[in-house]
Amino acid sequence: MLRFLVRRLAIMVPTVIFVSMIIFGLQQLLPGDPATALAGEERDPEVIAHIRAKYHLDDPLPMRYLRWIGGVVQGDFGESIRIQQPVSQLIVEKLPVTIELAVLSMLIALLIGVPMGILSAVKNGKWVDYAANAVALWGLSTPNFWLGIMLILLFSVELGWLPASGYVPPSEGLWENLKAMIMPAFVLGNAIAAVMMRHTRAAMLQVLSSDYVRTARAKGLVERVVIFKHALRNAAVPVITLGALEFGQLLSGAVLTEQVFSIPGFGKLIVDAVFNRDYAVVQGVVLCTATAYLMLNLMADIAYVLVNPRLRA
Amino acid sequence: MLKTATAAALGLLLSMGVAQAQTLRFGLAEDPDALDPTMGRTFVGRIVFSAMCDKLVDISPDLKVVPQLATEWTWSDDGKVLTMKLRPNVLFHDGEKFDAAAAKFSLDRHLTMAGSQRRGEISAVKQVDVVDDLTIRLTLGAPFAPLMAQLTDRAGMMVSPKAAQALGDKFATAPVCAGPFKFVERVAQDRIVVEKFDQYWNKDAIKLKRIEFRPFTDNSVKLANLRAGQLDMIERLAATDVPEVKKDPKLKFASIVELGYQGITINTNNSDKSKSPIGQSEKVREAFELSLDRQAIVQVVFNGEYQPGNQWLSPLNPNYDKAFPIPKRDVAKAKALLKEAGVTNPVVNLMTPTTGEQQQLAQVIQAMTKEAGFDVKIQATEFASSLNLAEKGDFEAYLLAWSGRTDPDGNLYNFVACKGPLNYGKYCKPEVDALLDQSRSTTDIEARRKAWNGVAKATLADRPVIYLFHRKWLWAHTTKLTGFTEYPDGLVRFAGITLN
Repeated sequence: MLRFLVRRLAIMVPTVIFVSMIIFGLQQLLPGDPATALAGEERDPEVIAHIRAKYHLDDPLPMRYLRWIGGVVQGDFGESIRIQQPVSQLIVEKLPVTIELAVLSMLIALLIGVPMGILSAVKNGKWVDYAANAVALWGLSTPNFWLGIMLILLFSVELGWLPASGYVPPSEGLWENLKAMIMPAFVLGNAIAAVMMRHTRAAMLQVLSSDYVRTARAKGLVERVVIFKHALRNAAVPVITLGALEFGQLLSGAVLTEQVFSIPGFGKLIVDAVFNRDYAVVQGVVLCTATAYLMLNLMADIAYVLVNPRLRA
Repeated sequence: MLKTATAAALGLLLSMGVAQAQTLRFGLAEDPDALDPTMGRTFVGRIVFSAMCDKLVDISPDLKVVPQLATEWTWSDDGKVLTMKLRPNVLFHDGEKFDAAAAKFSLDRHLTMAGSQRRGEISAVKQVDVVDDLTIRLTLGAPFAPLMAQLTDRAGMMVSPKAAQALGDKFATAPVCAGPFKFVERVAQDRIVVEKFDQYWNKDAIKLKRIEFRPFTDNSVKLANLRAGQLDMIERLAATDVPEVKKDPKLKFASIVELGYQGITINTNNSDKSKSPIGQSEKVREAFELSLDRQAIVQVVFNGEYQPGNQWLSPLNPNYDKAFPIPKRDVAKAKALLKEAGVTNPVVNLMTPTTGEQQQLAQVIQAMTKEAGFDVKIQATEFASSLNLAEKGDFEAYLLAWSGRTDPDGNLYNFVACKGPLNYGKYCKPEVDALLDQSRSTTDIEARRKAWNGVAKATLADRPVIYLFHRKWLWAHTTKLTGFTEYPDGLVRFAGITLN
């Protein structure tokens, strides 16, 4: 296990470096010049020249990359040209919000998706199965944006139960924090739950029809033990993969949902940065989420091994 | 004893309630950029500045220059020296005194700081001198009439020299000005909080204790938050949401015609792309304009909320030139002009922003001009990319809005002067340049209007820009809010606003 971990971690280093190069290179392909985009409505040529000089926009690409990555290694991600704050500060501000939203959404997705998937596999072809499938179809086909606005109109405008938007740090009140996060987390979790349900159902159906399950049943084991101890563990591998991928996606920021609920996370930050050609912010955030993605993959691999000892070899 | 304690507790609770009630939660249309008056470049940032940073002079709702931190001013006869008397007993938020030296510091900072967005606005100023403790003298290289109007905006904002020197180019992280509210905190893309400055020179006019600015990029979300009671006021309401707001008994609606305009810039002279029928032929441009029905455009796309127009100023502006009224739609004449020009079904590539409203506008233009024989192709282009294409001359026609300036020069010079930085089509006529310079060189409004009349005569016939309409600034707020006055610059003056 330890060797497996060390090997995986060692592979991550060149991967991150490679990813950082891709992020930096791709960004330069964006049409539009940050100096022009950020020079204000008047676009004073002197201002444009100043921005170009201050942020070294005229230097050759490799030099700019080295300057940036050199800073990153020392914890300096550069400065946002638009709002003139250090990128690291922005990341530190937004990351907890994004993580909290991702965790809550994932929790909701798991709590709805996995039990529904198991249930519909066990009750294959019965009305429970059809009902669960209908719910999943609804989850898959509802646009987040629409669902978000509908929830706001119902729970905030009409009923006045929940705040329509905004973020309250847990340190300022856990209850207030949850009240603000529950709607966005549900919107995101709802869509993922549908995918989870479909995957869990498919995996469970396959496992339930396998020989060893038949043997277990023939031995006279109770159905609960067959399902949870024998079937679910094997069916969990594809679900873990999916969970890690979806979680990674959540960490890169839920652009539309953050916009609807005005949650100050990565999604809003990066969209604004891209439109304003705020290179340093885009690079910092993407590098951060890419690294998180790699870590999640690693965690998923560890989880496979834990649920399925055969993979340890 | 118990009674006294109860009364005291009740009083405390009540006062806390009032303090809570006097927090204005204001919904902005986007997140502002750097909160430094020298570096700021967005409209939305100006709304926040209007709470924090007083200016030397302000405008009145009817666009007259009125005192703010300067109480009176005089111009020398040759229009090259402006002497300003400053308001006594004014303090910055850090307790520093506002005086002539501080005013000179702020103006010099606008003029010399690296990357200053203000330098271009007041570059006519060659020197700032302290005459006495409360008098400054601005010496100009040449007469420049728009200067006073520039000082009503960010170029006239005064910052604390002590804080500015201490923070350098990090001033935006903790701005210190001399306005009614002082900076408390900013969380990017979440909120900007300011609170009342108790030593403000006009503190009796300030009823609010605190303002929380929150950005909402989506219009329906912003409105939903107002309706849910999460916000007290929002700016830049979508025109299509106006009926909903008017129907809601808990909301009030306010509006005023903007200083800017929406128009179509035509590439007449920038790179090969100008060699299109619409770029080369005045007749084709005239035909294009005549095929448009401005009233119908405004009605269809913007619920009739906006003001049709054909000049760089709205017909309601005192400097609008009545000699050139809005032309009526005339498809027959448009067709005849195309025939005269010898072109059939000319293709016009129209570069447009990607927002829904702008797309709709482009489609209406496409449909209207089609009747006259034009084939408009809409090229939806993301904003930053479109600016680059515009600068390179890689466009034929560009649907573009300008937020407007108090002095008409700000809507005109940069767009039609040969070397104007925003003259994307590189339209260039020496006689127009001469008239523009003339309009800048005198503060006599009649002489300026005469020069602008000459500019109108030339540019409205050449059509480097086809002006379409003037948007309105649209606000919605709770009925609890009173004392709000609309200003045509779209900014909010927080003095006098009360939450009941």
